[in-house]
Amino acid sequence: MRVRSLILRIVRQFFRDKRTLALMILAPLLILWLVALIFNGNTYHPKIGAVDIPRQIVTRLVNQGAVVESYSSNAAALNALSLQKLDAAISFADGVPHITLEGSNPSKSKTVLLLAQKVLLQPANPMPSQMQPPVIRYLYGSANMSSFDNFGPVLIGVFAFFFVFLIAGIAFLKERTTGTLERLMATPLRRWEMVAGYVVGYGIFTMIQACLIAWFSVGVLGMMMNGQFLYLLLVTLLLSMTALTLGTLLSAFANSEFQMMQFIPIVIVPQIFFSGLFSVDNMAPWMRRLSEIMPLYYGADALRNVMIRGKGFLAIWPDLCVLLAMSLVFMALNVFALRKYRKI
Amino acid sequence: MHGEQTSQLQPGIKVIHVDKKFGKVSVLKDITMEVKANEIFGLLGPSGSGKTTLVKLIAGMAEPSNGEVYVSGVRMPNLNMLNNIGYMAQSDALYSELTALENLAFFAALVGLNGAVRKQRIEEVTQLVNLANFLKRPIATYSGGMKRRLSLAIALLHRPEILILDEPTVGIDPVLRKSIWDELRNLSQSGTTILLTTHVMDEAEKCTRLGMIRDGRLIAVGAPDELKQSAGSQSLEDAFLVYGGVRK
Ligand SMILES: Nc1ncnc2c1ncn2[C@@H]1O[C@H](COP(=O)(O)OP(=O)(O)OP(=O)(O)O)[C@@H](O)[C@H]1O
Ligand SMILES: [Mg+2]
Repeated sequence: MRVRSLILRIVRQFFRDKRTLALMILAPLLILWLVALIFNGNTYHPKIGAVDIPRQIVTRLVNQGAVVESYSSNAAALNALSLQKLDAAISFADGVPHITLEGSNPSKSKTVLLLAQKVLLQPANPMPSQMQPPVIRYLYGSANMSSFDNFGPVLIGVFAFFFVFLIAGIAFLKERTTGTLERLMATPLRRWEMVAGYVVGYGIFTMIQACLIAWFSVGVLGMMMNGQFLYLLLVTLLLSMTALTLGTLLSAFANSEFQMMQFIPIVIVPQIFFSGLFSVDNMAPWMRRLSEIMPLYYGADALRNVMIRGKGFLAIWPDLCVLLAMSLVFMALNVFALRKYRKI
Repeated sequence: MHGEQTSQLQPGIKVIHVDKKFGKVSVLKDITMEVKANEIFGLLGPSGSGKTTLVKLIAGMAEPSNGEVYVSGVRMPNLNMLNNIGYMAQSDALYSELTALENLAFFAALVGLNGAVRKQRIEEVTQLVNLANFLKRPIATYSGGMKRRLSLAIALLHRPEILILDEPTVGIDPVLRKSIWDELRNLSQSGTTILLTTHVMDEAEKCTRLGMIRDGRLIAVGAPDELKQSAGSQSLEDAFLVYGGVRK
C-alpha cells in the first residue's frame, strides 16, 4: 500500500518533468541513430593519386572502388597527400610499386593497402591452377555484416545503462538534498519499501525505454538480429534494472548532482571499455578479470549472443542471473545505506 | 509490571539522560525532560543550541548516543509509533513538481489514510491552514509561508497523538499564526501532546511549559510565569539570559 503510493508519486513526478522524460526515452534513440549513420555508411572509397602507372592498373584500382587521380610528378602527388586531398600516392620506380600513405587514419590506410595488394600482387603470382579458391563459411554473422552490427548490441546496453543510471541516481539524490527523504523517515515507511518503490516506479520507465531501444535498433536501424526479440528485451530490461539499483545506491555517496556526474568517469566509462566495444585481449589477464565485476560486461555478452549469434535462453541465463543478483545486492546495500537516515 | 516500567507506559514524551554526538562533537548533553499528555511544550533556545537535534530524536529519526527516549511509553526509535506522531520539519520537505493536493494525498497514504477518510481529512487540514483555494497549484509556485502551512497540514493529517513541530510559525502572518495557535490549543485540549520549538518569545509565552536549551544543555524547565518569577525578571528574554548565566 505504502509502496503503491510511492510508485504513484514517482510516476506523477516523472510526467511533470517532461525534459527528463525525453532525455531518458529519446536520447538513447538519437545517439543510436547517429552511430548507425556513421558506421553503417557505404564502404569507404579511398582516394589514390597515380603517378605514371600503367593504364590497366589504374582501371583495376577503379574497379576495386578507388577514386584515382593522375599526377604528373611525385612531388605534385606528395603535395596533394600533405593537403589531405589523397589517402595514398602510388608510383613505380624500376618496376617496383611505391606506395606513400597519408597514414593518420589507420583504417583508411588499411583499406588502401588491402586494395593495393589485390590489384598489384594478383598478376605477379596468379592462383596456381591446381589450388581451388577456399570455400568460406560463417559460423555467426555474414560477409556483409557491418561493424555497426558488431558493436550495436553493446551500444544498446551502454545507453540503456547510462541514462537509467544517471536519471534514477539523480532522482534519488534529489530526495536527499530536498530533505524529503528525511521527512519520509518520519513516517512509517520502511527502508525497503522506499527502495522497492523506486525500483518499481523507475522500473516502469526503464521498461518503456528498454522496449523502445530494442524496437528502434532492430526495427528502424535494422541492426542484425538473429535471436528472439523477447530475449533482447529481457536482457535490456535486466541491465537497466542493474543500472537503476546501482544509480540509486551510489547516490548515497554524492552530495549534489555535480558529484553524481563524477560517477560517470568512474562507473560508466570503464564499463564501456570492458564491455567489448574494444578488444581487451592484449590486456594483462588480471586486469581483464576486472570486467567480471561490471554489469555491462554481462549485459553486452548476452546481447551479442542473442542478436549476432541468435542464441536462446540456454546461452544467456548465466548472464541474466548475474545481472539479477547484482540488482538484488545493490538493492540490499541501498536499504542498508538508508540507515543513515533512520536506524530502523 | 511496576516501578520504572509502568511510569514509562504513560502517554506523553520522556527523555532520560540523553546525549547526542555527531562524530566527536557533542550536540546534546545529558538532557532529561518530560512532556506530559495534553501539554503544549515549547523548546526555546538560540540557533544551533540543539533544538532540532532533540526533536528528531523524539520523532524517532535518529538514535541518541546515550540515554533513552520514550513516546507514549514506547522506546524510540520505533516504527509503529511513527503512525502516532505528526512531525513538521524545520525546512519544508515537499515535492515541488507536485500540487499541494498530490503532496497531501501522498503523505496521507503513507500514514495509512485512504478513500473517503483521506479526502475528508485533507479538506479539514487545508481549511485549517487556509490553503483550500490553492490545492491545485504545484508547490513550486507556493510562497515560503504557504509551504510552511502545507507542512503543518501534513503533520496534522492523521490526527496524531503526539505532534512535533519544528519552528512551525516561521514566515506565517500574525492573523494566521493566531488561528494556528487556537487550533493547537484545541488539539491539546482534545488530548494531543504537542512539542514545538521556537525562538520567538511571545510564542513561547503561549506554551503550557517551556524548556530552555543552550549549547545542548537544558538550562531550565517550567511554565513561562514560573520561569520569569524564579529568575526575577520581567520578560522571558531576560529570564533566558539569567538562566544562561549571561545576566544576574
Ligand atoms: N548531522 C549533523 N552533523 C554534524 N553536526 C550537526 C548535525 N546536525 C546538527 N549538527 C550540529 O548540532 C548543533 C545543533 O543543531 P540544531 O539543528 O539542533 O540546532 P537548532 O537549535 O535547531 O538551531 P536553529 O534554531 O538554527 O534551527 C549545531 O551546532 C549543528 O552544527
Ligand atoms: Mg532547528
